[in-house]
Amino acid sequence: MSQEWIDIGYLLAAICFILSLKLMNTPVTARKGNWLAMGGMAVALIVTMFNQNIRTENLVWIGIGVVVGTVGGFVSGKRIQMTSMPQMVALLNGLGGGAVALVALFEFLHASHAGIKPEAVQSVTTVLSAIIGSISFSGSLVAFAKLQELLPGRPLTFKGQQVFNLLLVVFTLALALAILAFDSATVPIFLALLAAALVLGVSSVMPIGGADMPVVISLLNSFTGCAAGLAGFVLSNNALLIGGGLVGASGLILTLQMCTAMNRSLGNVLFGAVGAVISGGGNAALAGKQPKSYSVDDAAILLSNSNSVVIVPGYGMAVAQAQHQVKEMAGKLMAMGVDVKYAVHPVAGRMPGHMNVLLAEADVPYDQLYELEQINPLMPETDVALVIGANDVVNPAARYDKSSPIFGMPILDVDKCRTVIVMKRGMAPGFAGVENELFLYDNCVMVFGNAKASVAGIASALDNY
Amino acid sequence: MIQLIPVITVFILAIFVGLEVISKVPQTLHTPLMSATNAIHGVILVGGLLILGSADGALMIGIGLAAVLFGTLNVVGGFVVTDRMLEMFKGKKRGGAK
Repeated sequence: MSQEWIDIGYLLAAICFILSLKLMNTPVTARKGNWLAMGGMAVALIVTMFNQNIRTENLVWIGIGVVVGTVGGFVSGKRIQMTSMPQMVALLNGLGGGAVALVALFEFLHASHAGIKPEAVQSVTTVLSAIIGSISFSGSLVAFAKLQELLPGRPLTFKGQQVFNLLLVVFTLALALAILAFDSATVPIFLALLAAALVLGVSSVMPIGGADMPVVISLLNSFTGCAAGLAGFVLSNNALLIGGGLVGASGLILTLQMCTAMNRSLGNVLFGAVGAVISGGGNAALAGKQPKSYSVDDAAILLSNSNSVVIVPGYGMAVAQAQHQVKEMAGKLMAMGVDVKYAVHPVAGRMPGHMNVLLAEADVPYDQLYELEQINPLMPETDVALVIGANDVVNPAARYDKSSPIFGMPILDVDKCRTVIVMKRGMAPGFAGVENELFLYDNCVMVFGNAKASVAGIASALDNY
Repeated sequence: MIQLIPVITVFILAIFVGLEVISKVPQTLHTPLMSATNAIHGVILVGGLLILGSADGALMIGIGLAAVLFGTLNVVGGFVVTDRMLEMFKGKKRGGAK
């Protein structure tokens, strides 16, 4: 197969990728979109095997890598629980970034061994894809570790961290310049560049709180895309250029949309270290108050006597995998004539749309899901807001307390409902590390315990009323 | 010798297409979308195949093999988890919530 046919294959793949993203605009065609992207990827990979530079004796290695990777990816992708999807995406993104960095390293070593002086564009893109790919690799692994709770979700900071990171950026750029401008493209300097970029990925993500991990994963997803696109320059490969460019752009758009939902700038998310310090001040009027604790039976009585209930799911529901119990409880309430709505905050959970995915898994109809702007005007007329493992997205301090790290973030105004029931494991602050004064309000009661057990308890107690 | 201008043209146009196509996706699909684009940047596997295919010597084969392994995990795992997420939207209509 000549290079022309290979490039036609890449063109076909690129068309598939673009159409697949278009099909993902609506839930009805989204799955077909994913299949189309798979098809495009298959075409791109198959035509690549006809490249004349692929040596027959290396086919066995390619076979080993592809088979092991396919089995590993397929089995882990099928086995992973829905609630662990965010860290799975982080991990896969990190592997992609690692692959880009390895391709760049290979190309550098290849040119260096053969004594070839690559063209300027290729040198620049090799260095850039090595840096960005490495940052994406180590940064994604830290994001994975935070979400998997191998590392604390709280921001990990030390004195002078921002100065350290800045120096590290300068050092990395200096190494890059040394390679590009001063002809000192030696292997040790390139390895030092990779190491500096890896450390930079770790030290940039460490100080970011767990609540902001979706933004970070989305941004690193964009990084990997960019890096893959740059690797397309290195290898003069259209599939990489187009696929990488598409993902680089899409990841950035998604990242900015997520920041908008939190009413924060990207810079604030990355460098704000939100949650490093628990806001001590709080609302003076509530000083000395203790939260009121309810049993599941009390909560069931309250719910069964109400006319309207708004359910606010959060990460606690995801961790406890309580979505099926929630659906069952809501079904019983509806059978009793209670109006049930679900209020989905844009950044509830660990990813945009995280709650939608879980509720869809439990077969909750879309027309019961309400977005922030739709549900807030209805809150004052609602009898009971049932907050299941959500915290920062219902913190009233975001509306008025300028000293609060989450000040300005649009929240669900559950405190305006007649009664708020908050299900939580304990009084620990949310993932952003901020205390929530809602728990001390007069109209708020707490049901402590695992969300799944509490919801199931309420559902069975409802049978008695 | 690479032809610089055509390559830059392709890359820049791909970025613009990405910006246009993505900005229309509803929030419900953001997680699957992130996952799908994550799988698509697994196209770096093409680069992995090319370098491993041309590799010579244990070190270079090792680097290429790691790149192919990482890339394959990215592609296969990415598409599998995306499909699992989207499976749940199948056959349901999105009503009132917009």
